[in-house]
Amino acid sequence: MMTRPTTESQGFSVEAVRADFPILRTEVNGQPLAYFDNAATSQKPQAVIDRMTAYYSTENANIHRGVHALSQAATEAYEAARKVVARFIGAPESREVIFTRGTTEAINLVASGLGQTVLQKGDTILLTELEHHANIVPWQLLAERKGLRIEVAPVFDTGALDVEGMKAKIVASAPKVVAFSHASNAVGCINPARELIDAAHSAGALVVLDGAQSTAHFPVNVADLDCDFFAFSGHKVFGPTGIGALYGKADLLGSLPPYQGGGDMIEKVSFKGTSFRGLPERFEAGTPNIAGAIGLAAAMVYVDGLGREALDAQERALVEYALDALTSVKGVRVLGGDGPRVSLVSFLMDGVHPHDIASFLDAEGIAVRTGHHCAQPLMERLGIPGTTRASFAFYNTFAEIDRLVKGLHRIQKVFGS
Amino acid sequence: MSMEDLYQEIVLEHSKRPRNRRAIPQASHRAKGHNPLCGDEIEVYLKVEDERIVDLSFQGQGCAISTASASLMSESLTGLSLVEARQRFAEMMTLLKDAGVPVDASKWGDLAAVIGVRRYPGRIKCASLAWHALQGALDGRPESTTE
Ligand SMILES: Cc1ncc(COP(=O)(O)O)c(C=O)c1O
Repeated sequence: MMTRPTTESQGFSVEAVRADFPILRTEVNGQPLAYFDNAATSQKPQAVIDRMTAYYSTENANIHRGVHALSQAATEAYEAARKVVARFIGAPESREVIFTRGTTEAINLVASGLGQTVLQKGDTILLTELEHHANIVPWQLLAERKGLRIEVAPVFDTGALDVEGMKAKIVASAPKVVAFSHASNAVGCINPARELIDAAHSAGALVVLDGAQSTAHFPVNVADLDCDFFAFSGHKVFGPTGIGALYGKADLLGSLPPYQGGGDMIEKVSFKGTSFRGLPERFEAGTPNIAGAIGLAAAMVYVDGLGREALDAQERALVEYALDALTSVKGVRVLGGDGPRVSLVSFLMDGVHPHDIASFLDAEGIAVRTGHHCAQPLMERLGIPGTTRASFAFYNTFAEIDRLVKGLHRIQKVFGS
Repeated sequence: MSMEDLYQEIVLEHSKRPRNRRAIPQASHRAKGHNPLCGDEIEVYLKVEDERIVDLSFQGQGCAISTASASLMSESLTGLSLVEARQRFAEMMTLLKDAGVPVDASKWGDLAAVIGVRRYPGRIKCASLAWHALQGALDGRPESTTE
């Protein structure tokens, strides 16, 4: 077995970091929890839990609506959170950050807006075969309503994106919008976003980047990427559920009509006609998830405090260790190709269905995910019902990966004919 | 209960070498069952003569639990009347849903091993998949789901 690389020398102590996450002390089925379902949702550090408790204990009020002191405090905390998010993803201005429920709502918002502006009957939207349903279905609904065409960029048999094939598709199908994921939740490959965004821009297309998996794993800078829109979920970045954001370039976001109507997003309402506020309020109708936004900001401050480069290094060490260790298990094939990947391994095991694997591992306190990972078109393309996925975060340990591999050996023994 | 109790020899054996995993070209009834949770799909075929099941088979790939359940179902229902088969279906659903209902081993035989899955709520639909397809076939519904 490969020697365990140490990142302690870079000032990163996994034991210290684990102490920040109370849930990691949980036992499952009498075993210490080994949480490998971080791509679905990550765990929350005490700093986030405390910040949200403090908000509800001492600052809770509705925002933008009162002159009283608490309302001022809540408004300030909410808007400060927006600044933190903008800085975290490299958005030049904080008004370019719209709080949403998560990636799904962010993509629905852009799809709806572009459907009323840029996209006309007969226009093409280009997606990829590896997209999450959240980056397929909103476009399909829109395509049906508006009479749009959907084209799909290919993947290789490993499930990794065929980048040259995608570039050829961009040229051939002349899409108005290209929407793709920065990193795949199903197989883990990191797509060369900047290269593809440049290709899309050269063809005159706008780009919507699904950052649900990238944001948690490595430093993202939307300005450097030059993407037009970027969506992500707070709960995958160690923040609470029910909060996420859409980034959009100010001029593009400003050109979109409102998404939902209601309070907070209006300038003046009259039955003769209503006028709307500018960015970002126009897209945040109703009372938003104030505590969620504040909790998300706390998560980002926490991550930045640990150092995103150090966390990235730790995660890369974990995934390389796992990839190497999995080669010792007979009949295991890891998907996603040999290119850059986020810290997850999605694999098949000869003769054993993913659900059986997950049940065995669960009995040993190891949480993995199985199934289609909300990427049914990809599973269909690969001709498989699903995979087993172990997705890591910086608080996972090499010893936990050893337990995973040991569990797989045991399954191999039970099922081996 | 450990995993080895759920994945007993009988379950493993039927999942590795399922009985009646084939199509019936002259099937009088057939239907697909789909488990949207995992994407597994099973198609069940029946040959019914004089209100009695004379042949029962299935096709499709699934996890060990769903394959063993389909295989054992095909063995245990062949020869039963349609009324008896429907009753077995209803009893199977009750047994899977309610861990408090005792399993009569003399009646269920090897299927009792599959019913053990009811201690694992996340896996119950694996065991019921083929049965839902069976019921769909008897009701003349070409597709059914475990939902
Ligand atoms: C790549 C990708 N896109 C979109 C989503 C949807 O995110 P959410 O369910 O938080 O809106 C996810 C997470 O499940 C994802 O992994």
